Amino acid sequence: MLSRVADSLYWMSRYLERAEHTARLIDVDLQLRLDQSSESATERWQRMLEALQIPISLVGGVDAITLPHTLTFSRSSPSSIVSCVATARENLRHVREQCSSEMWEQLNRLYLKVIDSNTHAEDSWNLLSLAFFRSVQEGVHLFQGITDSTMSHGEGWHYIQLGRFVERTNMLASLIGAHFSYLPHPPDQAVESAEYLEWVALLKCCTAFEAYCKVYTAEVRPLRVAEFLLLNPDFPHSIRFSVEMVQAALQVTSELTQRKAAQPARIAGRLKATVSFSQIDEIMANGAYAYLENIRSQCGQVHAAIQQIYFDYPIESAIAS
Amino acid sequence: MLCHASGHSMKTMVSAARSLFNLPFPSYQFGKAYDEMFTTSGVPRPHYQTLYNTLLDLPAEALRKSQQAADLSFLHQGITFTVYGNKEGTEKIFPNDLLPRIIPSHEWQKIEQGLKQRILALNLFLKDIYHDGRILADGVVPRALIYGCRHFRREMRGLAVPRDIYVSVCGTDLVRLPDGSFVVLEDNLRVPSGVSYMLANRKVLKRVFPTLFRDYGVCPIDHYPQALLATLRTLPPASSPSRNEPATVLLTPGVSNSAYFEHTFLAQQMGIELVEGRDLLVHDNVVYMRTTAGLRRVDVIYRRVDDDFMDPLCFRTDSILGVPGLFNAYRAGNVTLANAIGTGVADDKAIYAYVPAIIRYYLEQDPILPNIETYLLTDNSHRNYVLEHMEELVIKAVGESGGYGMLIGPHSTFQEREEFRQKILAEPRNYIAQPTLALSQAPCFIDGDVEARHIDLRPYILYGENATLVPGGLTRVALRRGCLVVNSSQGGGSKDTWVLREAGRAGEAA
Repeated sequence: MLSRVADSLYWMSRYLERAEHTARLIDVDLQLRLDQSSESATERWQRMLEALQIPISLVGGVDAITLPHTLTFSRSSPSSIVSCVATARENLRHVREQCSSEMWEQLNRLYLKVIDSNTHAEDSWNLLSLAFFRSVQEGVHLFQGITDSTMSHGEGWHYIQLGRFVERTNMLASLIGAHFSYLPHPPDQAVESAEYLEWVALLKCCTAFEAYCKVYTAEVRPLRVAEFLLLNPDFPHSIRFSVEMVQAALQVTSELTQRKAAQPARIAGRLKATVSFSQIDEIMANGAYAYLENIRSQCGQVHAAIQQIYFDYPIESAIAS
Repeated sequence: MLCHASGHSMKTMVSAARSLFNLPFPSYQFGKAYDEMFTTSGVPRPHYQTLYNTLLDLPAEALRKSQQAADLSFLHQGITFTVYGNKEGTEKIFPNDLLPRIIPSHEWQKIEQGLKQRILALNLFLKDIYHDGRILADGVVPRALIYGCRHFRREMRGLAVPRDIYVSVCGTDLVRLPDGSFVVLEDNLRVPSGVSYMLANRKVLKRVFPTLFRDYGVCPIDHYPQALLATLRTLPPASSPSRNEPATVLLTPGVSNSAYFEHTFLAQQMGIELVEGRDLLVHDNVVYMRTTAGLRRVDVIYRRVDDDFMDPLCFRTDSILGVPGLFNAYRAGNVTLANAIGTGVADDKAIYAYVPAIIRYYLEQDPILPNIETYLLTDNSHRNYVLEHMEELVIKAVGESGGYGMLIGPHSTFQEREEFRQKILAEPRNYIAQPTLALSQAPCFIDGDVEARHIDLRPYILYGENATLVPGGLTRVALRRGCLVVNSSQGGGSKDTWVLREAGRAGEAA
């Protein structure tokens, strides 16, 4: 397929995943705020910004009133929810003939809803907020479901999966890393009260709380949380799962395109190996944060390799092959 | 002339004295124009009889609902176009009228023959003026007119194109005069559009009037994309490694182009790749497209981008819609462009006036379809006449399309005529004038009533191995009462066109 088209599908997917993830982070935090002190609020916002990889300088200060608003509605910030949804839609619009009409309608519907909320945001922020974040998450989920059902699982569909899981790996690594770097944690012990809620919040940010409890019971231990979110092979919002999906998608695309340069698949394979063969004790001993930084860096390499091989390759290399 | 409906049912009114124009459609107005449905005695023409009876029996509500459903279907499919100059520059649904325009087989046959003759002659003309120029040497067409034409491309001199076919896709606009004869209004030899609306209209009509279809025996048109692809495939460049199945793409300017829907539709129906300029590159004078699997050679480009924007190294340097080096690849004979560069000289409105002479020169035949009387404003006596009679004439800029750059005398203001006078005096080569025509009118479903609106006809001619036409074409409607401008950009709409099968010959397309 045309490189430009594959590129648009990939980015559309990344932006949507990001929009959903951001919506969930803010949603969880707003819930948490009701139980927590205002002192910890500032620290949590800083953590959120780090999780979202947004430099504080860009948002003009951390303030519990304006920050969620900026993260949601700011058009000048490319990572706000509105910007992400708008960019995703714009990408799909350019390659509309690739997707089913149901996909387009759903994304368009989500976009209109988000834009519409923007115009009312000033008046009824508190009222609208909870429903709003829920609707963004649902809107994206619905889009993904429609995509899976109505689009041929051919090359284009695989670029969509690639975008989704590359973004997810990236965001998860950031989120978990930010969490671990802020909170003191004697790793293998149960945590108490205030800290307990923070860890539960982390799990909820990954839609993982209930699944975690099924595996480990409601006793929350940082070590177990790390193990679940990093290494669990079955849970869709774990790093291992996401990495495996990336590698699987790349295997298909390299077969379909018969590209001799298997670089993206190789790098993804190495990333998968990193995650598959790690033990949580080793990870914690060497520092979770460093481990996650490594994951993020490898993820970045996968992304760069995808760009270079499939989308943005220099002519010379293509002519030679 | 207004007709009043009494309290009787429509059928009883019809059975009353027909010569009294006692028609069941109270808002249906007659004038000088030829009416497609009714004779001058107010009687439905034979080929419209069945439709007429259907309209009598059909409750207006049913038709209204069908119209709504059709509009919604168009909306969902995104069958839209962009209206330039409209403040929002928004996408609008291309209005479609449900009542088909019906053409009997014998009338179509003449149209078909006339159009085939025309495209043959125009291709011979283009070859001649880009090579030996015999027609110019023989003084049949003035050199100054050709070389002074903005769309004449010197770059094409001496360049050989496959099969000597410059125009492989043509849309010629026809109108019917009050005496019932069809004349050619203009040719569109560059990037004619509207075919997707033709196909979409047909799809809708099949759903709304299935029995009528069956009763009438309408020639099918759905094979257009296939026919277009087959045509494109007869034109591979000589150097192509896959001459039997040349790699064909559709080059579009992109999402913001007014006809973008048509580009995506046709590419999808033909099963070819839809590309933008930035997807293509030229290496060693061969055109490639950038795919995830590497570079793929392109042999034939069905291009919907104007000449000016095709290659920044050759034409407009500020164009980002084209491909740098494309013309070199073209010149080297490594890629085919359909339509060729430089065809605009033959659909220039001033050259139009010479087409009958062109047909006679190359084919030694009289034109089957006549032209409309045209005044060339470079001629002193013509120009003086025109300037004195501006209110009666239609004045057109020669290189424009889409109904832009036009003055319709009878509907113009003094100010508008003054502006045009200045433009004409400044650049007389750029304008022509024609008498205001009474375009034929056909019944349309307007606000719950059947009313008459002016229409034209744009059949599409494909020229590959032979010249072929899909029966019918796009009938465009001027939706505002009395309006003569049918272009979509000026608020026109369209109708499905039904060419009837020849009586007694089943299952054969005209």
